[in-house]
Amino acid sequence: MTYAIEAEGLVKRFGATTALAGVDLAAPTGRVLGLLGPNGAGKTTAVRVLATLIRPDSGVARVSGFDVVRQAHEVRQLVALTGQYAALDEGLTGVQNLILVGRLLGLSRRDAKARAAALLARFGLSDAGGRRAKTYSGGMRRRLDLAVSLVGRPSVLYLDEPTTGLDPHSRNELWSIVRGLVADGATVLLTTQYMDEADQLADDIVVVDRGTVIATGTPDELKTRTGGQTLEIRPADPARIEDAADIVAALAGVRPVAEGGRLSAPVSDPALPAAVLRRLDDAAITVTELALRLPSLDDVFLSLTGHRAEEQGEPVAETVAGRA
Amino acid sequence: MASVAVPAGHRLAPWRAVQHCFTLAWRNLVQLKSNPGELAGFIIQPLVFIVLFVYVFGGAIAGTSGSYLQYVLPGLIAQSGVFSIMATGAGLNQDITNGVFDRLRSLPIARSAPLVGRTMGELVRFAASLVILLAFGMVIGFRVHTNPLEVAAGLLLVLAFGVGLAWVSMLIGLLARSATTVQLFSGVLMFPITFGSNVMVQTSTMPGWLQAWANVNPVSYLSTAVRGLLTGTPLGSSVWWSLGWSVLLTAVFAPLAIAAYRRKV
Repeated sequence: MTYAIEAEGLVKRFGATTALAGVDLAAPTGRVLGLLGPNGAGKTTAVRVLATLIRPDSGVARVSGFDVVRQAHEVRQLVALTGQYAALDEGLTGVQNLILVGRLLGLSRRDAKARAAALLARFGLSDAGGRRAKTYSGGMRRRLDLAVSLVGRPSVLYLDEPTTGLDPHSRNELWSIVRGLVADGATVLLTTQYMDEADQLADDIVVVDRGTVIATGTPDELKTRTGGQTLEIRPADPARIEDAADIVAALAGVRPVAEGGRLSAPVSDPALPAAVLRRLDDAAITVTELALRLPSLDDVFLSLTGHRAEEQGEPVAETVAGRA
Repeated sequence: MASVAVPAGHRLAPWRAVQHCFTLAWRNLVQLKSNPGELAGFIIQPLVFIVLFVYVFGGAIAGTSGSYLQYVLPGLIAQSGVFSIMATGAGLNQDITNGVFDRLRSLPIARSAPLVGRTMGELVRFAASLVILLAFGMVIGFRVHTNPLEVAAGLLLVLAFGVGLAWVSMLIGLLARSATTVQLFSGVLMFPITFGSNVMVQTSTMPGWLQAWANVNPVSYLSTAVRGLLTGTPLGSSVWWSLGWSVLLTAVFAPLAIAAYRRKV
């Protein structure tokens, strides 16, 4: 497997704050790596190092084999960054924002215009292209911002909390755009503090907390590692739900929770679902639904760190020092 | 893994760097075009200044507004440098706060382009505003008593001074935490050097302590120089003082601003 992004032992301090305390990560080419963690975990700092915006105090990072410190110029030709706050020139129109970056990347006036028009169309902004970015809604800004980062056809894309503050509709739109980019072969590093976002988009996940990596793996691996799967059954005949509950209780050792005609119970023994099914069959209880549910990434984060991902951590390192 | 041999410290071709600066200067200027409000403000503000000073205070200060116009217009031209160039730092600061600066830095462009391009754009705007001031002044009765070369020299002198101030402004913009701080700080700096000068009135009417300041104020030298180059009043050594100040400001503040910029880049 080749890696588009590799980092080893990244350390970055801002005064007394240690934003990164030795972070290792690797993003396979053509996949989405989710960098997951609460505010202040060091996600943004890591992205800024990988985007050549700040230098690590120690450690090495490479993008497609190019060192982010010594070969920053080469790295900049490959990567694009879409930050937490849409980095648009508010006084310019959508088209002008795109042309500005196109021209800076060396496109001719004509090519820059054509590229701008194509990107606006792709992001559903054609009608708004002539309006100044100042007048755009939050979702439109974020889309334009993403469009601007795609002007140079980057092979590596950093999305730093791309959906923070977006409504569910805009969020879904952005997700499908990201999926499209990956289908086209881009490698994406996505930072997020939303579990469902990482679950939806990321092939691999690196969980960071307080500047260190606390877990890595695919979403499923992480969920399995936490253990605690849940068995869910729905008897066909709602009248028999109590009988079914008795069977599950006898086998699992805990009374299942009944909710909306469905029973759910924690599973510790992998043989449990089969045993439950057999006993239900013996008792002539048919089920319309039988599922083994993995824990959500929220559960994973909670069990790894002892706190929820979306609660406020220490935002100091990211919002103040990280942007200095 | 790709292990392409690329020389470390890869450099951009110089013409590409120049192109980046021009593109970023375009960015500053095109905003005016697509923003009728700002464009109007840009043109009207200097006119409001002229009307205010000439017609409101002119009669009281110089007897007639016509003779005051002859005195004050060159001063206003000199002073406009201070006002409009001070916006450079605020704009730079805004780019830093809202992330545009980071976006530019993540692009494979010349490191100095965001700084140089912005300054170029501001200077073009500034040159245009000088021409507007002079043209409007002439429409309402200002008379040039010198030759076109001297007029051009006067305007260039103001531009040179503007370049020096632009470095000061950029330094403030790079160091300040927010655009509001930049404006506040620039304002505090601006008023003593514009009003505490001979731009509006002869310094001989001021109390001694203020006169002492106004006489050494670089803006006084600049306005005396522009006045002389436009209306033929005695120049003395004002041109040299103005040039000296321009060079000094650049010599002191350009390295400081570039150092502050390097820390960010």
